[in-house]
Amino acid sequence: MTRWLVGRTAQAAATFAVAILLLFVLMRIAPGDPLSRLVGDRGFSAEEIAALKARFGLDQPLTAQFRTFLAGAFRGDLGVSIEHYPERVTGLLASRLPATLLLGGTVLLLNFTLGVWLGVRQAVRRGSRFDRWTTRLALAGYATPSFWLGLVLVAFLSLRWRLFPAGQMSDPLLTADAGALERALDLLHHLVLPAATLSLTSIALTMRHQRAALLAVFRQDYVTAARARGLPERRVLWNHAWRNTLMPMITLLGLWLPILVSGSVFVEAVFNWPGLGSLAASAIAARDYPVLLGTAMLVSGAVILGGLLADIGYALVDPRARPA
Amino acid sequence: MIGSLADLLRRAWRHPSGRWGTLVLLLLALASLLLPPFLADPAAMPDVVAGATPPSAAHPFGTDPLNRDILARLVTGGRISLAIAGLAVLVSLTIGTLVGLAAGYAGGWIDALVMRLVDAALAVPRLFVLLLLLVVWERIPLGALILVLGTTGWFATSRLVRGEVLRLRREPFVEASAALGARPWRTIARHLLPNAAGPVLVAATLGVGDVILLEAGLSFLGLGVQLPTPSWGGMVLEARPLLVSAPWTALFPGGAIVATVLGVNLVGDALQAALDPRSA
Repeated sequence: MTRWLVGRTAQAAATFAVAILLLFVLMRIAPGDPLSRLVGDRGFSAEEIAALKARFGLDQPLTAQFRTFLAGAFRGDLGVSIEHYPERVTGLLASRLPATLLLGGTVLLLNFTLGVWLGVRQAVRRGSRFDRWTTRLALAGYATPSFWLGLVLVAFLSLRWRLFPAGQMSDPLLTADAGALERALDLLHHLVLPAATLSLTSIALTMRHQRAALLAVFRQDYVTAARARGLPERRVLWNHAWRNTLMPMITLLGLWLPILVSGSVFVEAVFNWPGLGSLAASAIAARDYPVLLGTAMLVSGAVILGGLLADIGYALVDPRARPA
Repeated sequence: MIGSLADLLRRAWRHPSGRWGTLVLLLLALASLLLPPFLADPAAMPDVVAGATPPSAAHPFGTDPLNRDILARLVTGGRISLAIAGLAVLVSLTIGTLVGLAAGYAGGWIDALVMRLVDAALAVPRLFVLLLLLVVWERIPLGALILVLGTTGWFATSRLVRGEVLRLRREPFVEASAALGARPWRTIARHLLPNAAGPVLVAATLGVGDVILLEAGLSFLGLGVQLPTPSWGGMVLEARPLLVSAPWTALFPGGAIVATVLGVNLVGDALQAALDPRSA
């Protein structure tokens, strides 16, 4: 197990290294260098541009640039933001991470409880009206752009009917002496719409996966055997059948992260949720390359880590998944 | 190849999702082909001062803030969005199939190297790759947008095709073909490609839906189709300040995206079910 674990971790680290290399190459094969896009035609002289290039190391050969970049990244230094100059990218990412983790965690919880429960009900009542309609609704949700759904929810539930705040994470009018409970409720109130938007547009994934996994297990002999022994259907379903769908569901957890982070770019931008997604969205307008590159690196690292954790979870649950 | 593919399509058609999806897509295709002669010029602003007007007989879906006909812009924008999605998927399908075939057939260190690179590329969510690639452009031409979308979408396809090739290579009919002295390309073209076509078709169909959503999102962020060229995502962006005073400006383009992507995904779902009937 230890050897397998070390090998799998080394593989994840290697994948991350290659991903960083790919991202770096990507930044450099794009037409024009980062500077020309920033300088534009603001009338800088050739000497000034050369000085700026030297200042940011853009006059160095590519391999040297990559070495500098990698050495910096290892020290936790991803450069300086252009939009939020002179703040450092690492600091910005760290300050925006908690909001994204809160939103993402909430959506994860929603999809892996509500979505799993719906998928189980669908599989149990396969072909029923409930099965057909929940499938259609979930597929419609999956076909809905999250930015549009977010805007529609804001237009009706916030601006027109004033049920929920239209954005941000907390009420600016909340007084400094408000209690912890009041603050928590306020945060929850702000969380409802962004979390609902992200969950509605992605819950189909968990639901469909759970339904298919459970249907596959229902065909197994041990389920038939459990029924034949006269066990109550509830026990057959949860203790015998559902338990054996846990493994494919753990794999899904790893696959699901990229969808979540991409969706949060749009949802956070629409709701001004102060997380990584809205940081990336505003970096687009400001052409803030260091921030975009830093976000992409952080997100890739999270995806690779998610895959690694999913594999480890899988190996813990199922001994067959770990080669000796 | 024709036989098995036709069989797959027939089984998909028998699935209710397949019919509903096809119906939705047919209606949308008919609308975009037949409506244009009866529609206003999508760029015309007959009464700019009037701004956004609600749906009426003259403008069935209303007008946008510049008094342009929303239905006409939806149809034009839809043609552009669908062309982008179709061509981008064609690009990624071609690259993905070629890479997957080459890696799976060559095996050894070539396969290992290519698949390591694909693993790493798959770890970077596609949206972030696109953001990095697209911000360098002041105004990206449509052709470049298609290429960028196409060249960032082939990683999963290549892995899928490679898996199919590895599975098929051990089949007796493929070994027999090699034993009979067929050249590698003949084996690939006659035996591997046709038998991998089903899963690739499913992935391509679902890929079209993904790219429509992705392009709409990019256009909403101002990085995709550039204004004033109409696109569904761009129309939602323009409608954002008028959500409360003129909700129709946002509702129709969003509804068009949902209908199209749902139609495509229903067809993909039916194809998937036809390929693996036990999962239905």
